[in-house]
Amino acid sequence: MSVPIHPLAVSAFTVTSALGQGLESHLAALSTGRGGLRENDFSSAPLACWIGRVDGVEDAPLPAAHAMWECRNNRLAWLGLRQDQFLDCALDARQRYGAARVALVLGTSTASIGATEEGYRHLDEHGQMPPELRRPPIHAPHSLAGFVAEALGLEGPCLTVSTACSSSAKVFASAERLIRLGLADAAVVGGVDTLCDSVLFGFNALELVSPEPCQPFDQARHGISIGEAAGFALLERIAAAPEALRLLGYGESSDAHHMSTPHPEGLGAELALRDALARAGLRADQVDYINLHGTASLKNDEVEAALVARVFPASTRASSTKGFTGHTLGAAGILESAFALLAIRHGLVPGNLGCTHPDQACGPQLALVSEPREVNVALSNSFGFGGNNACLAFGRAPA
Amino acid sequence: MSTLQVHVEGIGLWAPTLGDFAALKAQLRGETVDAPPTRPAAIVLPANERRRAPESVLLALEVADQAVAMSGRAASDLPCVFSSAYGDQSISDYMCATLANVPTELSPTKFHNSVHNAPAGYWTIATGCHAASSAITAGHASLGAGLLEAAALCMTEQVPVLLVCSDIAGHGPLGDMSGTRTAFGIALVLAPAITSRTLAHLDLALLPHAGHALHPSPSTGAWYEGNPVAASAWPLVQNLATGQGECTLAAAETLAMSVVLETAA
Repeated sequence: MSVPIHPLAVSAFTVTSALGQGLESHLAALSTGRGGLRENDFSSAPLACWIGRVDGVEDAPLPAAHAMWECRNNRLAWLGLRQDQFLDCALDARQRYGAARVALVLGTSTASIGATEEGYRHLDEHGQMPPELRRPPIHAPHSLAGFVAEALGLEGPCLTVSTACSSSAKVFASAERLIRLGLADAAVVGGVDTLCDSVLFGFNALELVSPEPCQPFDQARHGISIGEAAGFALLERIAAAPEALRLLGYGESSDAHHMSTPHPEGLGAELALRDALARAGLRADQVDYINLHGTASLKNDEVEAALVARVFPASTRASSTKGFTGHTLGAAGILESAFALLAIRHGLVPGNLGCTHPDQACGPQLALVSEPREVNVALSNSFGFGGNNACLAFGRAPA
Repeated sequence: MSTLQVHVEGIGLWAPTLGDFAALKAQLRGETVDAPPTRPAAIVLPANERRRAPESVLLALEVADQAVAMSGRAASDLPCVFSSAYGDQSISDYMCATLANVPTELSPTKFHNSVHNAPAGYWTIATGCHAASSAITAGHASLGAGLLEAAALCMTEQVPVLLVCSDIAGHGPLGDMSGTRTAFGIALVLAPAITSRTLAHLDLALLPHAGHALHPSPSTGAWYEGNPVAASAWPLVQNLATGQGECTLAAAETLAMSVVLETAA
């Protein structure tokens, strides 16, 4: 049985997605119900679907000093790092603790595979990677963390978590363990995933992509809309930032059921949820808001809706925000953690954009439209391929 | 400086010339060792899945199963960390080539096997494991970073943990980028306390700002140099076989980890 952990301070956080760059644009979009999905204008061949694309990535090259890491995913990482003064906060942590005492744990599903795809579209006359893309580090799944470690000048433990759609939720757990053991004093966590042909045509091949903007938990839902995002958070011991919002707990589990469909009774999801509550020392009735995984795929939403309906009281509010941003895959964990943190900071339960007629499995918890409401404890659910589940619990500093 | 002590209860190993840890020990004693079959057996998978499973999954599950069997632990109870520098390069090569030519004909099965956590997924399904599972990567430091992640999990949760680190050979233009020409896998079952199952103790200590100490040695042409994970693992693998010794693993770009190994009394 998991024992409670000491909460950590989330002393800084930021996100960039189809809703905009930085927290302010996200808060405004969630408050007003403005979604960020658009018709697909990204894939290298036509594909009729909707996507959550970040504007401006193409116009934001990396600084010359980091040219070796140039690719769309690292551009989005760099764009994301510079929002909400996050870069300054991270550099300040490096200054205070020393470069080797700040861990870096990032989640991604596809890293910079988009650059590898591009290389394969432009192979040279010998069938090899074209000269401008002959940069081995960007053709590896560790590309994102390798780049961010260099950009921030961090020399502590550095890890990429790649467990599909739970990736950038699990980074909080890895970071907490490193700090608890005294192997680091702070950690930059987060994740970045960018649109690329692999995921667009891959999910399309699995017949999981909706031809319309995704509608999480709606009876008429037809599958996912894929998005992209970058997000980061700085974790420290509470003494360093006693007033900051807090990571209260986390839960991790495996479905042990199927590579691409969830356990029919939500067994793994419930284990992760119970694990998170136990570590946070919370009861279900103390949870004010849950940011659901809610991808808008038929089976996943049904299983998650039933789990929420049976575990939580009617007073708990719950919603999926994927109707706003699309499913940002390996970046979904950090993006939706930021939404949970915004819910606490601003007293806002985001609405479940795209749902007008909820699936019958949904309980009274589902918030169809955004609601002002005091949120002291918020959870974020993330479930990935391979039956990999994570649940995070966030809260505010005691008054 | 913080140190972690963990205790090894099981060891799995596979390379094109070595089918398991016993074969390595025999080879180091000067005995002739038969090469294993071309495809790792991975008998933990049901037969129908074994036929269809990608090579990266077979390799990871083979060494995982060896290590868990040696430990005598139940696989279903063990949290697991699967580490790989490149994941399944063969599938990535197929996907990039297909996407460049006929993207709408991408195989859905290849896509769902392309996720970095495919071995973790197949393993937890095959063994009925509901504990936490992770899939990580840290480039050429994937073994050291994986060992640090697994040891941290072992110490904070006070439970035995399975670590698997493996990489198959590269293919096509992507293989040129990775420089991985042979397959290699290693797995360890780590425990937080000494038990009757303990084979060896590992003392782990982080050594920061050690970039200069982590540059690769001049190549000698040894088989394990054809796989970055194998090259970094080789000193530790030798120490495991001889039962003692100290070595340094890369845990990140400039972060070294000293690994002192002693045999259980």
